[in-house]
Amino acid sequence: MSTESSTFKYIGRHRRAVEHKRFVLGQGHYAADIQRPGMLHVALISSPYACAKILKIESSQALAMPGVHAVLTGEELFEAIDPILPGVDAPQVTRYPLAIATARYAGEWVAAVVAQTRALAEDAAEMVDIEYEVLDHIVNPELALLDNAPLVHPKHGSNVIFHRKFVWGPVEEDFSRCEHQLSYRVHWARNSTVPIETFAVACEWHDATSVLDVWASIQMPKFPDQVAKALRLPGNAVRVHFDVDVGGSYGVKRGLKHTILVAYLAKKLGRPVRLVEDRLENMRGGDMQGPDRIFDVCLGFNSNGEILSMRMHALEDIGAYSGRSPLQLGKPVGAIVGPYKIKSVEYDAKAVLTNKTPQEAVRGFGQSPTNYALETGIDKVARFLKMDRIALRKLNMISHEEFPYLIPSGTTYDSGNYSVVLDKALKEAGLESLLQQRDALRAKGIHAGVGISTCLEPSGGNSSFEPLFNPKNETTTWMDSCLVRVDLSGSITALMGTSSSGQAHETLVSTVVAEILEREPDSIRVLHADSLNALPSNSPVGSRMAIMLGGAAAGAAKKIRTKLLLIAAHNMQRDVQELSFEGGGVFEKAAPQHKLSWDALIEIAHRKYHCLPSGMEPGLQEKFVWEVPTGGQLPTADGRVQMYPCHSFEAHVILASIDPGTFKVQIHRYVCGHDCGVMISPDVVHGMTYGGIAHGLGAALMEKFAFSEEGQLLAGTFMDYLLPTAHEVPSISIVDHCTPSPLTEFGQKGSGEAGYLGAPAAIASAVNDALAPMGASIDYLPMTPQAIWSAVEKSKLSKAPA
Amino acid sequence: MNHTLPLAMTVNGVHYEREVEPRTTLVDFLRDSLALTGTHVGCEHGVCGACSVLLNDEPVRSCCMFAIQADGMNITTVEGLSTQRGQMSTLQDAFCEKHALQCGYCTPGMLVSCHALLKENPKPSPEEVREAISGNLCRCTGYQQIVDAVIYASTAHSAESDAKKASHHVN
Repeated sequence: MSTESSTFKYIGRHRRAVEHKRFVLGQGHYAADIQRPGMLHVALISSPYACAKILKIESSQALAMPGVHAVLTGEELFEAIDPILPGVDAPQVTRYPLAIATARYAGEWVAAVVAQTRALAEDAAEMVDIEYEVLDHIVNPELALLDNAPLVHPKHGSNVIFHRKFVWGPVEEDFSRCEHQLSYRVHWARNSTVPIETFAVACEWHDATSVLDVWASIQMPKFPDQVAKALRLPGNAVRVHFDVDVGGSYGVKRGLKHTILVAYLAKKLGRPVRLVEDRLENMRGGDMQGPDRIFDVCLGFNSNGEILSMRMHALEDIGAYSGRSPLQLGKPVGAIVGPYKIKSVEYDAKAVLTNKTPQEAVRGFGQSPTNYALETGIDKVARFLKMDRIALRKLNMISHEEFPYLIPSGTTYDSGNYSVVLDKALKEAGLESLLQQRDALRAKGIHAGVGISTCLEPSGGNSSFEPLFNPKNETTTWMDSCLVRVDLSGSITALMGTSSSGQAHETLVSTVVAEILEREPDSIRVLHADSLNALPSNSPVGSRMAIMLGGAAAGAAKKIRTKLLLIAAHNMQRDVQELSFEGGGVFEKAAPQHKLSWDALIEIAHRKYHCLPSGMEPGLQEKFVWEVPTGGQLPTADGRVQMYPCHSFEAHVILASIDPGTFKVQIHRYVCGHDCGVMISPDVVHGMTYGGIAHGLGAALMEKFAFSEEGQLLAGTFMDYLLPTAHEVPSISIVDHCTPSPLTEFGQKGSGEAGYLGAPAAIASAVNDALAPMGASIDYLPMTPQAIWSAVEKSKLSKAPA
Repeated sequence: MNHTLPLAMTVNGVHYEREVEPRTTLVDFLRDSLALTGTHVGCEHGVCGACSVLLNDEPVRSCCMFAIQADGMNITTVEGLSTQRGQMSTLQDAFCEKHALQCGYCTPGMLVSCHALLKENPKPSPEEVREAISGNLCRCTGYQQIVDAVIYASTAHSAESDAKKASHHVN
C-alpha cells in the first residue's frame, strides 16, 4: 500500500499544528477548566502506612462542617461498585478507588471528602479520624519473592502476580556452542513521564436520562467501558467527552480509579463533582509510576563478535495493585532482540507485588528499560572482546536486504535500514571529532565518554501481550476509526473517537484527509467525538495513531472520493475508469474540459437525488474502521506472537563528560538518527523525538521514585523528584531517514515513543565509557552525581594497595 | 475560614473588584473567580512555572502567592499577551510556527517567561533563552523548539515592538 513520499501534496510538509492556536491564546480546554453549576470538590485522605488494617473511620466532625457533603469510605464503595481487575489472570488482586479494609501502600486513598470548595474539603479531611493497625510490609522486590515475605494480597497466595518463562529457539544448543558468555545485572529505577498536568476529572449524573457525563484528562483504551462496568451501568450510560485537552500523558493518564470514585460521588450526591489531584496526590497515590525492573542477562557470543543467544530474566516491581503494569514485560517480546540477529532467546518475565505505589503504563510500555538492558550488554561484549562498539553493532545488525525479518519470539519486523541510519547519525555527530574531543577532555583530567545506542521502536499498538500474558483474554482486535463528512457547503469535518494529549491528532487527520480529497488541510475541521457518538478507538497508546488513526482517516476519505467518482460517472455518462479525481473535482481523462467541480458534486450528493446513481445513499458521510495490520492472531502455545506491526529505529550518538567537582553529567553533543518511515507531520515527529530524549535523559540521570525501607515515598515533589530543565537538556540534532512500512497507507510508522526508547541506553553508554578508563561502571539508573561519585570512589578503593 | 477581604486588581487591562478568602492563591483566584483558565496549575510549590503570570510586568509564580497580596496590582496572564482578540502576538505566532508546544499545558507559563525575556533582551542568544525558561518545566518538547521559537520571534519579527505593545496594553 505504500506510496512514494515525493508524490504527496500535504503529507511530510511543514504545517502549523491546528491545535496550537488555542493553546498559545490560553484557550485550551483541560479537565481542570470544567466548571459546572453547583459543582462540588473532592479532597483525599491517604494511608500514612505502607501496610495497615483500617480499624475505624470517624467522620462525624467533618460531616458537621457547613459546606461538607460527604465522606466516602471503602466500605461503602465495596458494596456499590465492582472492582478493577488486573491485566493478568489474578482475580484476587482486586482494586477499588479507596482501600477496602487494608491499605497496601503509603499514599493509598482511604477516604474521600466532598465539599463546596477544594479548600473546605481539605479542612474537613483534617477532621476525619482514622484508626489503623500497622501490618508487616515488603518493599524489596527480591525479598518479596521469599516464602516468609509478608503478602501484599494474602488471598492471592503469593507476591508473584505473573511469571512465565519463554524459550524461543535452541537456546541451550546456542549457548553450548558459543565461545564466550557474559552475565550482568542492570536495574532500571522507578520513574515516570510525570506530566505537568496532574490527573483531573469532573463527572455529572443526570437523573432524567440516566447518563453520566465525564470530562477527564484521559489516555486509555476502553476507558468508558471500564468506568461503566465498575459502576454497574450499561455502556451507553457513560458519556466521556474526548474533546478535553490532556495536559501531557505519555502513557500514564489512566485515572480509572479517580473517575470511578468521582462518578460514584456525582451519582450519589446528584451534583457535579470534580477531583483535581494536587502534586503529592499525583506522585504518591495517583498510580502513575513506571517500570521498576531488575534484569539479569546472559549473552552468548563468539570471538568474532557474533551474538548467538540471550537469556534475559526480568523482575518487575509493580507495586501494590495491578492494572496493566505486568503487561509492560510483554510488549518487549516483540523487539526482544533489538536490531540484532540474535538467534535464540530465553525470556523469564516475572512481576511481583510490593507495598509501593502501583505502576501504570509509561511511554514505550516497558520497551525502554529492555532496550537499556540489551544495549548495556552490547557495550559490555565490545569491551570484553576489545572490539569497537559500532563495529560490533553493525556485525550483528539485521541488514536492509533481510526484511521482512522474523525474530525468535515470533514477530516480523516490517522494514528498516539500521546500519544506514547509524551511519547517518555518526556522520552528523562527526565521530572522529567526537572521539578527539573526548580524548582532549580526558587529557585535562575530565572523565568523558561517547555513548552509542541502536534501538527499536515498535509501533502500531497491538494488544498481543494481553492474550500472551493471560490466556483467558482472547482480545485480538485493536482497531481505530474515523468518520469523514462533507456538508452542504462543501466543508469537511472529520470525527475521531479519542482524546489527545499533545500528539496533534487534529493535524494528523486533517492532513491525511486533505491528501486524499485534495482540499486545503486548514479548511478541514477535526472533532473529538464523545464516547456515545464515537466510532471504536483504542486510544493513542503504543505509538499507534499515525498508523491507525491516519489509516482510518485515509480509509474514510477514500470512500468519499469513490462516492464522488461514482456520482460523476453517473452524471458524465462515463465509466469511473475514464475519470480522474483532482483538486476535489472530477474530469474525463480523455477530455479534461469535461468535468464536474467539487461544489457541483457536493450539490448533487446533498440536494439532487434525481442526479444520484440508483440506490446510492444521499449525503456524504463515510466511516472506516481499521484493524491493526498484522493483528488478529492469538499467540502460539510456546508464546510466539506478532506483537506490533511496524518497527521504527533510532541510533543515538552522544558525547558527555562528568563534572570533576559535582559529578554531574553534561552532554556536549547529542545526535539521533531516526527512521519512522514516511512522516505525515515532520514537526510533530521531531517534537516528540526531542521530548522523548529529554524524558530519557531524566530516566538516565535524574528521575527516581525512591522509597524508604518503611515504604514511604521519598520523592513526592519536584524538589526531590527532579525533572530535566532547559539547562540539563542539550541542543539535539535529529537526522531523518525514511524506510517506508509496507503495511501502512502512506508508508508511515509510529513515533510517539521516539527518543525515549534509545536515550537512556545511550546516556548510560556515555557515562560508562567515561568511567571505563578507571575500571568503573554503573549498572543502574538513574546515574545521579552521587551514584557516579560512589562508582569512582569504589574503583579507587579497589585499586588501592592492600 | 470563610472570612473574606475586598480585593481590587487589574487583569489584562480589566479592573476587577472581588471578595476573596485570604488563603486563596493568586492562581486559584484567576482561574476560579475570574474564569481565566489559561493559567495552569502544575506543582503548587513554585518549581514547574506553569502558573507564571506577569505581576506589574515581572514574571511570578501565581501558585506561590495569595491573591490578596496582589491587591492593587496589574496582572497579565496568557490571555492578555496578545493585543487583539483572537490575534496572536509575535511570540505566540512563533510558538505555532516552530512547533514549540505539544500538549499546551506548560505553554502559558513559557510564553509569560519568554515575553518577559524579550522585553528585557530583544535579541537573546539560545543560552539566554535557556536561562530564561530554566524555571519552566516542559515534558513534551525537550525545550528545543521553544528555544527555536524565541530566537525566531526575536529575529524574523519585530519582537521588541511587540513586547512594548503588550506592556502598553497592561498599563
